[in-house]
Amino acid sequence: MNLAEVQKKLLTAARADRPSDTVPYAFEKRIMTRIASLTVIDPLMLWNRILWRATAPCVAIMVLLSAWTMLSGHRRGSTEALAADLENTMLAPFENIGEAW
Amino acid sequence: MPDSAPVERTDAELIAAVLSGDTASFEPLVKKYQPRVFATARRYARRENEVEDIVQEVFLKAFQKLRSYRGEAPFEHWLMRLAVRTCYDFLRFHLRNREANFTDISEQDTDWLERFNTGSAEANENAAAAKELVNRVMNKLSPAARLVITLLEIEDRSVKEVAALTGWSVPLVKVRAFRARAEMRKCLEKMAKNKFL
Repeated sequence: MNLAEVQKKLLTAARADRPSDTVPYAFEKRIMTRIASLTVIDPLMLWNRILWRATAPCVAIMVLLSAWTMLSGHRRGSTEALAADLENTMLAPFENIGEAW
Repeated sequence: MPDSAPVERTDAELIAAVLSGDTASFEPLVKKYQPRVFATARRYARRENEVEDIVQEVFLKAFQKLRSYRGEAPFEHWLMRLAVRTCYDFLRFHLRNREANFTDISEQDTDWLERFNTGSAEANENAAAAKELVNRVMNKLSPAARLVITLLEIEDRSVKEVAALTGWSVPLVKVRAFRARAEMRKCLEKMAKNKFL
């Protein structure tokens, strides 16, 4: 028996036999269910995602507050007064030290 | 009239969505590539439940390792590499019917082998028996031999492609192909002896 020839013919037969590519009904749903059961929420990842999502609202709030502070200062026209008030507030504890002695 | 057809997202967009936490975006990828993965798995496993297990494992691995996909090659190539390696693992861990010997082959198979030998035209008509015989011979091969014969001889891929799919070096593929052909011939030799001695 010519085995080389048989082998060649066998491989030809195998080449002609293309496997089916049919998929069982809703197989992708089964995969997704398995994936959902596998997915474990990483707390660090979750925290990271929350921080990134919070970035835009925080920047928006900061801009609004800055604008509001500036506008209210201009309206009063008392930038110098505000500076004096701030200085008084900051130095108030030191003034009280002398009284305590 | 507004166009209500949904815009199909590309693989890259879907992968980016999955990586950013949208797990549901993985489903279109599964839907798109599962026929190819099923066809590949059916080359290595015969029982349908085994095929389904292999395909499921391929997609679970793909989901878990998606971060390692760098987008340099098409996603399909990356997925098929994963599929071939999973099939190879399956062959290594599920060495089926190893205890069976060549006398297990049916009368139809041996007839087909005999017709092949005589070059009868009927052999071509008996394709079902030929397929069965091929399956039986492939089942007798070692996992590496079966993988390399399937990719190189049956799927008609180049040595380079086989190397890329299996992760073996090109010289290793060549060595394994040589050994696989010898192993296959040995199997046929044993089969012929059982029939004719």
